[in-house]
Parts: sequence; C-alpha cells; structure tokens
Amino acid sequence: MLPFRKISATVPVLLFASLLAAGVTHAAPSADGIVVYNAQHESLTRSWVEGFTRETGIRVVVRNGSDSELGNQLVQEGSASPADVFLTENSPAMVLVDNAGLFAPIASATLAQIDPAYRPSHGKWVGIAARSTVLVYNKDKLTAADLPKSLLDLARPNWKGRWAASPAGADFQAIVSAILELKGEAATLEWLKAMKSNSTAYKGNSTVMKAVNAGQIEAGVIYHYYYFVDQSKTGENSQNTALFYFKRKDPGAFVSLSGAGVLTSSKHMEEAQAFVRWVTGKGGQTILKTENSFEYAVGQDAQSNPKLLPLKDLDAPTVDAAKLNGKKVVDLMTQAGLL
Amino acid sequence: MLVSLLALLPLLFVLAVAIQIGWHTVQELVFRPRVGELLVNTALLVTITVPLCVAFGVAMAWLTERTDLPGARLWSLLAIAPLAVPAFVHSYAWVSLVPSIHGLAAAVLLSVISYSPFLYLPVAAALRRLDPGIEDVAASLGLRPWAVFFRVVLPQLRLAIWGGILLVALHLLSEYGLYAMIRFDTFTTAIFDQFQSTYNGPAANMLAGVLALSCLAMLALEAAKRGQARYARVGSGSARLQRRSLLNRSTTALALLLAALTSALALGVPLITLGKWLIVGGTEVWDRASVLSALQQTLLLASAGAALTTCAAIPMAWLSIRVPGRLQRLLEGCNYVAGALPGIVVALALVTLTVKFARPIYQTAITVLLAYLLMFLPRALVSLRAGIAQAPVELENVARSLGRTPTQSVWLITMRLAAPSAAAGAALVFLGITNELTATLLLAPNGTRTLATGFWALSSEIDYVSAAPYALIMIALSLPLTWLLDSQSRRSAGR
Repeated sequence: MLPFRKISATVPVLLFASLLAAGVTHAAPSADGIVVYNAQHESLTRSWVEGFTRETGIRVVVRNGSDSELGNQLVQEGSASPADVFLTENSPAMVLVDNAGLFAPIASATLAQIDPAYRPSHGKWVGIAARSTVLVYNKDKLTAADLPKSLLDLARPNWKGRWAASPAGADFQAIVSAILELKGEAATLEWLKAMKSNSTAYKGNSTVMKAVNAGQIEAGVIYHYYYFVDQSKTGENSQNTALFYFKRKDPGAFVSLSGAGVLTSSKHMEEAQAFVRWVTGKGGQTILKTENSFEYAVGQDAQSNPKLLPLKDLDAPTVDAAKLNGKKVVDLMTQAGLL
Repeated sequence: MLVSLLALLPLLFVLAVAIQIGWHTVQELVFRPRVGELLVNTALLVTITVPLCVAFGVAMAWLTERTDLPGARLWSLLAIAPLAVPAFVHSYAWVSLVPSIHGLAAAVLLSVISYSPFLYLPVAAALRRLDPGIEDVAASLGLRPWAVFFRVVLPQLRLAIWGGILLVALHLLSEYGLYAMIRFDTFTTAIFDQFQSTYNGPAANMLAGVLALSCLAMLALEAAKRGQARYARVGSGSARLQRRSLLNRSTTALALLLAALTSALALGVPLITLGKWLIVGGTEVWDRASVLSALQQTLLLASAGAALTTCAAIPMAWLSIRVPGRLQRLLEGCNYVAGALPGIVVALALVTLTVKFARPIYQTAITVLLAYLLMFLPRALVSLRAGIAQAPVELENVARSLGRTPTQSVWLITMRLAAPSAAAGAALVFLGITNELTATLLLAPNGTRTLATGFWALSSEIDYVSAAPYALIMIALSLPLTWLLDSQSRRSAGR
C-alpha cells in the first residue's frame, strides 16, 4: 500500500501539471507569433516555417488537419478564429472559406510573385504550389495500350474491381470538383456511382500507390508527387509502378492548386501577410524545387524540380480554381455512398 | 451531479442536431445504403469477434488457472500483455508485415488479438475465486469432467464473461485506428471520413447518433444478461484451495502450442516489425525533437487528465457507497453511458458545443481534458468505489465525533484508506489517455502533438520508420498497466 504522504504529495503535483498543461498549450499562439492552419503536407510546411522564422524571427504555431476539415472549422469559428493564415493542398477548401467572406485581400506585391494562371483573379487568396492528377499503374499488370484514354473511362464496366482511390481525402475530392466543374452535376453523380461499384477505397494516396506497387490492384488515381517522393527515398512503394498523365485537357489531367489565404480576423495581419509573401517568394518556391516535396512551383519564373514533367506540358483542362465547389462534391459523394 | 449531467452532453447534442436539421434530412442521412453497409460490417465484426474472444479467453484462463500447464504464470502474463500494445499499433505491425491484409477477416484477427485480454482478465480472476466444493459435489453426483465444466463452472463465470463481452464490444464499436489501417469500414471510420470532409457536418453527427444507439444497445443487453442469480458462497469456513486438473501429454502439447501461437501472433508480430523499423531508422529517427516534445505533451495531458478525472470521481464514488439511492444510481449510470460512447462521438459534440457556446475554452487543453474526463471517468469510478467500500464507515464517524468536519473526515480518513485504489484508477486513466487517438485528433489545442497523434500522422503517410519510436514509447508507458491489472486481479482473489 502506498503511504498516504506520498499520495497527498502527488495530488498537488498533478494539479499543478494540469494547470501547466492548460497554460502551456493555451499560451502557444503568443503575441509575437502567428497561427497557421495547415492542410499541406506537414514536412513541406515545416520547411517553409523554418525558413520563414529563420529569416524574419516571427514564430509560427501550426495546426495540422485536412483541407475540408480545417476549411469548415474556419467557417464555424468565423471572426473569432485563432488562425492567421490558412494553407491547403487543393482549392475547394479555399473557395469555401472565401465564400464565407473570411479572407482579407492578399498584398499586391505578393500576388505579383505568382503566375496569374495560378491564382484567382480576385486576389483573396493565392496559389502556392500545384500538383497534377495521374493514374499510377502496375507495370507488370498493365501496358500502355491497356490504359484508359480518359479518367471518365474508369466508370466503364471493364474497369470493375481494377482501380483504387482515396475518396475520403481532399486530393481526390478536388479531382471530383474539377469533374463537376467540367462535366456538370448529373454526369459527375453518375461517374461517382460507377466508381462506388468499380473501385476500391484506400485511406491516403500513399496507401493507394503502395497497393498498386504490390500488385493488389492494377491502377490508382492519385497525384504525381507521391511517386517522385518515394523514388527519391527507397522506391520500395513505387518500383513496380509507372505514372500515366491523361493530358488532352481531360478531367484526369486536372492540375490542382494549393492555396494560401490570410484571415480577416487575424490580429497579426502584417506578420500573416509576410508569411504568405515569403511562401510565394523566392525562399518558399525554391524549397519546392530543392527539397523532396516534388510539388510544382507556381512563382513567376520559379523552377520546379527538374525530375518532373514540366507543368506547361501537362495539357491540363482550364478550370477556374475560384469556382471549385467542395461542399457539393461531398454531398454527391455521400449520395453515391462513397462517404 | 454536475459531472453526471456533463456526461449526458454528447447524447443530448446528437439529439439536438437531429431535431435541428429536421426529420426529413435525418431520414435521408440515416436510411441510405452506405449506412446499411456500415451496419452490416459492424454487426459482422461484433458477432464474429466476440464469440472468438470468449472461447479464447475462457480456454486460456482455464489452462493457466486450473490446469498443471507448465509455465502457467508466464502464459498468464503473456495473455494480458497484448493490452500494452495500443490496438492501432497492432494494426500497424501487421500491415507492415503483410501489406495485403485487409477487410473483415483481418479485422477479426486483429480484434481478437487486441481485445481478448478483456475477457481473459475477468474470467481468470473469477476462476481463481470459485469454490471447488461445488464442482466436487457435481462430480460426486456422477457428472463427467466436461459436463462439470459446462454445467457448473461456466455458469458461475457468467458475470465475468458478460462484463468482458461488453468491454470488447464497446471497443470494437469505438476503435478507429485499427480498422482505418486495414481498410475495414465501421461506423467510427466513416464518421472520421465525414469529419475530414465536412468538419462537423450533419452526416457525421447522424452516423454518430446511430453509433451511440448501438453502444446503448450493448449496455442494455449486458444489463439484461447479467441476471439476478447469486454467486457468492454461503456457509461458514472458507473454501479449500483449488486443485489443478492434470493434463495428459498430448493435451499439454496442444495447450502449449495454442498459448505459444497466440503469444507469437499477439506479441511477436509487433515486436518483430517494430524492431525491424527501429533498426532501419537507427538513431536518426530519435534525434528529431518532435518525439521528445510529443512525449512531454502526452505526459502533461495524461497526468492532468488522470488527476482531474480521479478528483471528479471522488464525490460520486463516495455517494455510491455511503448513501446509495435511486437518484444516485441514475447519476452514476449516466457516467457509464458516457464512458461507453466512442471518443469520436464525445469529441464531435464537444467541438461543436465549444465552438458555438463556449468560445473561451474552445481549442484549449480544458476541452481535451473534459473529453478525457467523460471518456475515462468510469475507470476511476470503479476503482475508487472498491477502495471506499473497504474503508469502514465507523472510522469516518469516529473522526466526526472527535470534532472533524464531514469534509475533513472524508478526506483524512476514507480517502486515505482508499488512496491505493485511487492511484490505481488514476493509472488506468493515465494509460487510457496516453493511447487515446480520435478525441485527441479532433480536440487538441493548436500546436499540440501527442505520441498517439504523432504516430498516426506518420504512419498514415506510410512513414513506418519514423513512426516506430512513438509506438515503442507508447508500449513502454503501457507496460506497467499489464503489471497493475495482473496484480489487481490477483489481489482481489486474495493471493
């Protein structure tokens, strides 16, 4: 039996610890730092934050989540949100927050740093990186001749049980938002219903690629960089795979724009704008080229990693990023039984 | 009282959302094929896993407690040890060993591995306490050994088995990480998907409602099956020591094989894969400051949560022993109901309530701690109640008569005597929090990363190497749990 004295000594200690826990975590977004709601890959944002803090001395606290989760959270929090900056992987969540009127205009000097093709014209948010839709396939199971001409072909009966995706993820939902924008609601719902019976659902794009690599499934709809990231490491999850780019302005050639926005409610407007300026500027865009995120750089004259197929050669469909409707996509996917 | 009302918040919340969005939308969101699919998946998982867990738990308990199985003590420790490995780490280990593992079969296998200790523990404890006299009577009346087991021993284990079944079933319903990793969709994983896509949209809340109802159904079923029979022995004197039955050579071999095989599956696989990834990662993966800060934040949250939960349990535990009544029982029941709700339901309710009505505590440690309090209060309560029950009320009365105030006498006398059980309860809560994933993912303050959420972020990106240190630390922190549970169940059996 534990002596009582020991127990009674631990009670205050534990209570103190609880106060400390409340204090430490509560005090984190202190007066001199900014809070970034981050849906981008954690490692990429970490590099950005480290570079930014090194150069400016401004501290950054990051809350990680997924696009739609954090986007909806911002909408709910409204003007009382603790966030200063929102970073996403895809555009629909940006549109969601923008439609709620929560974004402050981005400084014009920042906008000028990004190629006009990769930012909405109203300037409420800005592109920071881009990624291309691809079909990753197992080289032993499929040859170039077997591949579909269009992403929409995957709805055909001959593709039943042969392809995979990660429908709960924001990446795939962005691709669906492009289909919705290009082909309309009825066609999209039909495609999603066919997808429900044709495809296998995995959690996460890396997992999809891993399954394709292991031959558990023939092909998967993902973004390009998962392949390059794995190749730059051990290649153990991609060595048996190859990428197919749909091109020809197909919905499957959709290039998705990662965005950054500054919240109107920010109490650190200047620092928040400085962060977005840094990410879209030379420092932030060079990290896309040199480190192993393998996402496309979108800055004026910024270079992407030379291993990638150049962004201009992807022959992507023209989709207005500011119109992508994530909420409708989730409704349609819920209706199709994918969520 | 306040705590108990708090406990009902999540349930009331789901109800409120349902009323707010209207019956028509509810119908649309609940009665759709996807929900049917999830219901079938979840029902299959429960109906297949639970009987397997019962069979396995009872067999192992019988072998280790009532036979001359060589190394029985060791096997008994090994049978509890899987509890030290969080369920989603089991899943991680298997997925990285056999990448193609998925679906119902995998879900059942991993669930049996992770959760059968919940049956083994109470059944073994009950077996230890049985009076062998009853079995002797049955045998003397001509029953064969097998018949004695099924007609005399098994019925006496009824309470333990149903208690274990309830625990296993609730875990099956609320676990997220285990099933997400092997691509088996249950209600909890679907709610999480919806949360990722819509934050706290109505579809997520309606799924949560169905899940909450399933949990309540489990509670009701267990209460109905518990029965009113008497299990204590009557008469003077004490039961004589149990005699272990002798196994013949082939049965011994078979039993050893069963024990060794399950230990290999339940402990060998995690240890081997974890070891492999740790070796691949070398010292580099440990260098990153994030492992250390995750450990620090986990310890802070867990100790704060344990302290808070234990303190909150004191009044209820004291009332339930000293002044039991209908109202008190009702309040206590509320806590168990909340404790049975999956973390995701509790978290979803708290997210919405704090964002709408309690802004100052929104996204603070207070909200997370509140969630932990609701989820883990039963653990503290059960432990404390047993401790207070053993503290004679007369001592409290003597203290009062010698001039202490009621609070003083409770604090100085009863709580002092109940301190060890309070500590045990706090330890259980601490470990629960250490391995908690879903509520922490949803509610953690900005910049917070615990061992569980850090592990989850890395393993979702299939960065198995960097995730390994997190898993190892969680197991190391949970190992004392195994020891504690083992010694507790032995103590209650008077050994």
